[in-house]
Amino acid sequence: MAMTGVLRPGHLQLRVLDIEKSRKFYRDIIGLVETGMDAQGRVYFKAWDERDHNSIILRQADRAGVDFIGFRVLNKLALDRLEQAVQEHGISTERIPAGDLLETGERVRFELPSGHPFEFYAEKTHIGNGLGMLNPRPWGAAADYGIAPTHFDHCLLYGPNLDATRKLFTEVLGFFLVERVLAPNEPIGGKDVAIWLSCSIKTHDIAFVEHAEPGKLHHVSFRMPSGERIQRAADILGMNKVPVDIGPTRHGITRGQTIYAWDPSGNRFETFTGDYEAYPDYEPITWTFDELGYGLDYSLGKLHETFLTVMT
Amino acid sequence: MTEVDGAHTVMILDTGESCVCKGNESVLHALVRARKRIPTGCRGGGCGVCKVEVVAGSYSKRAMSRAHVSETEEAERRVLACCIYPTADLQLRIIGKLQRAVCRPKQAGA
Repeated sequence: MAMTGVLRPGHLQLRVLDIEKSRKFYRDIIGLVETGMDAQGRVYFKAWDERDHNSIILRQADRAGVDFIGFRVLNKLALDRLEQAVQEHGISTERIPAGDLLETGERVRFELPSGHPFEFYAEKTHIGNGLGMLNPRPWGAAADYGIAPTHFDHCLLYGPNLDATRKLFTEVLGFFLVERVLAPNEPIGGKDVAIWLSCSIKTHDIAFVEHAEPGKLHHVSFRMPSGERIQRAADILGMNKVPVDIGPTRHGITRGQTIYAWDPSGNRFETFTGDYEAYPDYEPITWTFDELGYGLDYSLGKLHETFLTVMT
Repeated sequence: MTEVDGAHTVMILDTGESCVCKGNESVLHALVRARKRIPTGCRGGGCGVCKVEVVAGSYSKRAMSRAHVSETEEAERRVLACCIYPTADLQLRIIGKLQRAVCRPKQAGA
């Protein structure tokens, strides 16, 4: 599959209640690589195997949650085309100048029907993964520091207007629907309460759950190289007394192996691996609401109360 | 009550129950230790699930989300249990989402 439009989730700005505490957490426990701090005091990180300058940006704020999510697109032409398509769909956009985020080009921003500020950009400085571009080693010290995820993988967002969100992503932005959860007692093909959307061959690059309050964050997910590394992550969470929500377990939805836990501001994060590969011609998988417990936690079959009630 | 160094008693007025909060643990941590069935949220001051009103006693606190606790509320001692640390014996009421779980009668055999 040639990817010519939206490439990947590229950055996410997270609000934290104590920037120094959070900086230590993301650097030393999650094991992200700190790449900079800007004049506003925002702290920039990347996962070790990412090549772009930053992916997770922390901003000190008086409330937790997500400020915005940005996806990298192929080039400036793709950026212009996507901007036009979004406008023609009836959503207004704004341009944020290059350099507002460190080492990042101009961004096209608009608000999703779910209430989340969402962006596209075509340029972010490649700083590499530290292994070099010529005859590289397979890994280095950063691959073992802390939990050491390889990438910012996706996020799950809670907000209203799920149908409009699905329409925007699948009909305008070039994503495809991979899995869905039906509302209680809905027939197959009926109203969804949750959707998993891909712009790649991952099971999801972004996911949404229908929720009354707009703009909420359920979790930020980090890609792990193996299930063994998920267990190692669980050990590190225990050693550091990090509050764990669910896992280690397997999601029925996407089949990924997972842990949900919380950062020091109460933002949920996930360590994730082992999902299947998805393609745009695949028929979406459907889960009925009464089986959502297995969709969430396949070994326990339990719909953990926190899944639907705890978010930032 | 100071059987453990720095420990204080936390009384839940809704039920009349008390538990001991050790010197370095949050009130929510102590409530969880004393009553296993209590639902907890993020434990980081972000989700607002564990809101309480402190009626008597003093505590130190850390930052909690303004999305769930306004400045006025914080001044009036309506705070998140995961973000407060007793410096004296406390009496509190459960408000917000924890109330149902704390105040419902224990089921037989539970």
